[in-house]
Amino acid sequence: MAVIYDLLVQGVQMFLVLALAPLLTGFVRVIKARLLRRRGPPLLQPYYDLARLLGKEVVLAENASWLFRVSPYMIFAATWVAAALVPTFATGLIFSWSADLIAIIALLASARFFLALVGLDIGTSFGGIGSSREVTFASLAEPAMIMIIFTLALIAGSTQLSTIAHIMSMPELGLRVSLGLALVALILVAIAENSRIPVDNPATHLELTMVHEAMVLEYSGRHLALIEFASMLKLLLYVSLIACIFAPWGMANPGAASLAFLGGLVLYPLKLAVGGALLGLFETSIAKMRVFRVPELLGAALMLGLLGTLFLFVSGSF
Amino acid sequence: MRGLQFDIAHLLAGMLVLVSLIQLYQDRLQSLINVFALHAIVLSLSVAWQAHIQGAPHLFVTALIALVFKGMVIPVVLHRVIRRLGIHREIETVGGIGLTMLAGVAMVGLSMVVMLKVTPGADPIAREDLAFALSVVLIGLLMMVTRRNAVSQVVGFMSLENGLILAAAGARGMPLVVEISVAFSILIAFIVIGIFLFRIRERFDTVDVGALDRFRGDRQ
Amino acid sequence: MTSYADIALAAVLAIPLATAALLVVFPGYRLTARLNVLAALATFVAAASLFVFRPEAGTYLVVDDLNVVFIGLTTFVGFTTSVFSASYIAHELETGRLTPVYLRFYHAMYQLLMFSMNLALIANNIGLMWVAIELATLTTVLMVGIYRTHEALEAAWKYFILGSVGIALALFGTILIYLAAQPVVGEGLDAMTWTLLIKRAGDFDAALLNIAFVFLLLGYGTKVGLAPLHAWLPDAHAEGPTPISAVLSGLLLNVALYALLRFKVLLAVNVEAVTPGLLMMILGLLSLLFAAFMLYRRRDIKRFFAYSSIEHMGIIVFAFGIGGPIANFAGLLHMTMHSLTKSAIFFAVGHIAQVKGTQRMADIRGLSVSHPALAIAFALCVVAIAGLPPFGVFASEFLLVTTTFAREPWLALLLGFGLLVAFGALLWRLQGLLFGEPEGPSGKTEASLVPIYMHLAIVLMAGIWIPTPVATWFDQVAKLLG
Repeated sequence: MAVIYDLLVQGVQMFLVLALAPLLTGFVRVIKARLLRRRGPPLLQPYYDLARLLGKEVVLAENASWLFRVSPYMIFAATWVAAALVPTFATGLIFSWSADLIAIIALLASARFFLALVGLDIGTSFGGIGSSREVTFASLAEPAMIMIIFTLALIAGSTQLSTIAHIMSMPELGLRVSLGLALVALILVAIAENSRIPVDNPATHLELTMVHEAMVLEYSGRHLALIEFASMLKLLLYVSLIACIFAPWGMANPGAASLAFLGGLVLYPLKLAVGGALLGLFETSIAKMRVFRVPELLGAALMLGLLGTLFLFVSGSF
Repeated sequence: MRGLQFDIAHLLAGMLVLVSLIQLYQDRLQSLINVFALHAIVLSLSVAWQAHIQGAPHLFVTALIALVFKGMVIPVVLHRVIRRLGIHREIETVGGIGLTMLAGVAMVGLSMVVMLKVTPGADPIAREDLAFALSVVLIGLLMMVTRRNAVSQVVGFMSLENGLILAAAGARGMPLVVEISVAFSILIAFIVIGIFLFRIRERFDTVDVGALDRFRGDRQ
Repeated sequence: MTSYADIALAAVLAIPLATAALLVVFPGYRLTARLNVLAALATFVAAASLFVFRPEAGTYLVVDDLNVVFIGLTTFVGFTTSVFSASYIAHELETGRLTPVYLRFYHAMYQLLMFSMNLALIANNIGLMWVAIELATLTTVLMVGIYRTHEALEAAWKYFILGSVGIALALFGTILIYLAAQPVVGEGLDAMTWTLLIKRAGDFDAALLNIAFVFLLLGYGTKVGLAPLHAWLPDAHAEGPTPISAVLSGLLLNVALYALLRFKVLLAVNVEAVTPGLLMMILGLLSLLFAAFMLYRRRDIKRFFAYSSIEHMGIIVFAFGIGGPIANFAGLLHMTMHSLTKSAIFFAVGHIAQVKGTQRMADIRGLSVSHPALAIAFALCVVAIAGLPPFGVFASEFLLVTTTFAREPWLALLLGFGLLVAFGALLWRLQGLLFGEPEGPSGKTEASLVPIYMHLAIVLMAGIWIPTPVATWFDQVAKLLG
């Protein structure tokens, strides 16, 4: 019975992220539109888009290989699993043993790997540009992410997200400069990974600047829907990751009463809303960066992560 | 409450190192000077905190001097100087910002390894202050090495001095030196700004030290 | 007795300081130059009386076996340089390289420099010593840049930047020493007072002392002009007024070296600390070999002798690095001899450059024909610095080479090689300068040869016979240095 209950909670988590991901994207769009004094699309527009795309027929390029057809599913699956592993409203779920930060990074990396491959698969120049840029940025973003994980793991003594969230909510943690650095670094990485504004503009198809859109230019129909959905999930994943690590309040502990779960379920969308609003605010207040400067931004993230780890050795040596 | 005392000291000193690195990253003179002002302000906070936890009121004077003089007067004067020299919009070619930053972080790592290894018995606050101070000193050195411009070399030197003051403030009960070193940094700043920059401006159209190297005499 | 001693001690500091203030006020170069000489003489007399009356060690000041000879030497060379400077500066005024205002500034700075060097030497507090050395650096920076030409400004700038970096590292080392002393001696002033430090140094944390010494060696080593950190030295020597080159080479390098020696003594007391010798030997040999080869490529006469200073500082640091009574004795003797000889050389070079109106060695030829008196004095000086027998430099170098042969034959080979290379460069250049057809202007000079011969006489005497009390004193200090 207990197992069924646990599985049920885990299932709620899996479908919760699936249900909320387009909403978050739509929310960010609404916020951005309002900040620019536009009416903007309705909040639920991403759902309509996905539904419409799913109903359309797939057009494949002549020289598309099997990889081109398989990849959307791989990308979607990997991203979904990763997003569902991050504790959202409760910690200590039945699959939490696998909710390891490194596992999540690995899942995202494999999704990126397939994405980069399909960018090259058709052989158009845009796809190639997108893939090469994506991989360049990733080669900086991933070490930065690893350094952030090091910092967190050194503080919490684990790379398990549940454990980290638990440690982070304890008052004894004190004031840690390393955590501040890790937070800033994580935000930078998140912005780059989600192709948000200073790095890439998700709303444009201007070939000079695009990274993510360039790779998926050849997709249509349900394939495109899956890829779009995956990128929405990825945004949700990063927001919940930041919330889970740096704002771990109100998450239900394992074995807590149903009320705690309910509280968590209410609080989680609130956290997402705050994160989305901040993201929208940030994106409207900043200009798009030239592509050549993006490595500097990611380098800063890498450096902050490194510093955070180093500082931890100073404070941790007593 | 030692935990919180230590944490705040650690936070402030860590911020100083971070600002040092940000300084290393700047390629515009104006923003470099602004970051230096921030550096001085963080230093003054850090020294003030040391004064508070050590119960050493004379350190407050040091903190105040750092705040007013290095945090406000010097940046304003430097802004004027570069404006008058017409180099305030100049972008310096630092040569491989990534490499420089990497070297900076390596300096931080090095100083931590060195200082933490040799001071196992010392007071923890002094220890971490010293480790951070050494990194600030080394980053200041790095900045002086990588910059060709006279103004940014001076800024590098002053941030190096900030590191020294942090170290001196962290060593509990250290006599004389804090006040004197502050007095000297003031003197140095005066000499540098008053004499060198003006003379250099008078004689050359540029403050780029590279231009001074025109005459190499019979150096190798 | 003590009251006399205290007065003398105060006079060593107060006279230069008060004179500096006076010199700012007084116009007219004749008056100020005379006042400068007079004050330097008075300071020397006061310092000499310290040999007889030894004051008690105070919190801030101390006179002991180690520094008393440095004070004597500094004030003596300070005095003779002021005599030389009086005749040199008059010429600069005539040619218009300096204006009266700058001259006033120059004299005030000269006395301030003397003050700061004396303070550095008799400070009993390592923090105070640091401050004094920084002050000395700043005053010399100002004087190096006094001609305000491109080259002078570049030299001053380079000197300022490198000197400041050195001084910053030295301060870090000083803080570390304080940190090592603090648990043993207690907080506050006591933990920086040298006489108290040396008593308890055995109990200090050895690891901290070691790392502190590395910083101090790099920091003060920059001021000494050791090889990888020497870049400021030739420029500063070449572009400043020649009396300042004489004081730089003859005195300021010594003061920085003295600071290093103080800390070396501190480390020598601590059993667990690594002997600093190895590092000093490496830096010393490096400086010697590097400078010896560089001598061949110099074309500017002041730069040439600046490199020779680097070479000799290398020898001295090597001597102290290898340690032991004989090597330390040789190091001390060499330090003294080098101060006297090198400042005498710069006196001569100053006059030569003035009469010829150039510092390029290629343009200076046939001095023996055009200016025989000056040429003879100059030749004697160069022969002395090259280490030829009747002079004191030979005595110290001989001592050093023999003791090195006895202990580290391989290093002795390198040492001897470096000495020979430098020797060759010196004689080769000397020959070029003295003989051949006279070139360029050959106007009369009012060269003040007295200071040169005073120095040479002492150097000669040291080479032939060192008076017994001086020798025993050297012995004592050499033992102290471990």
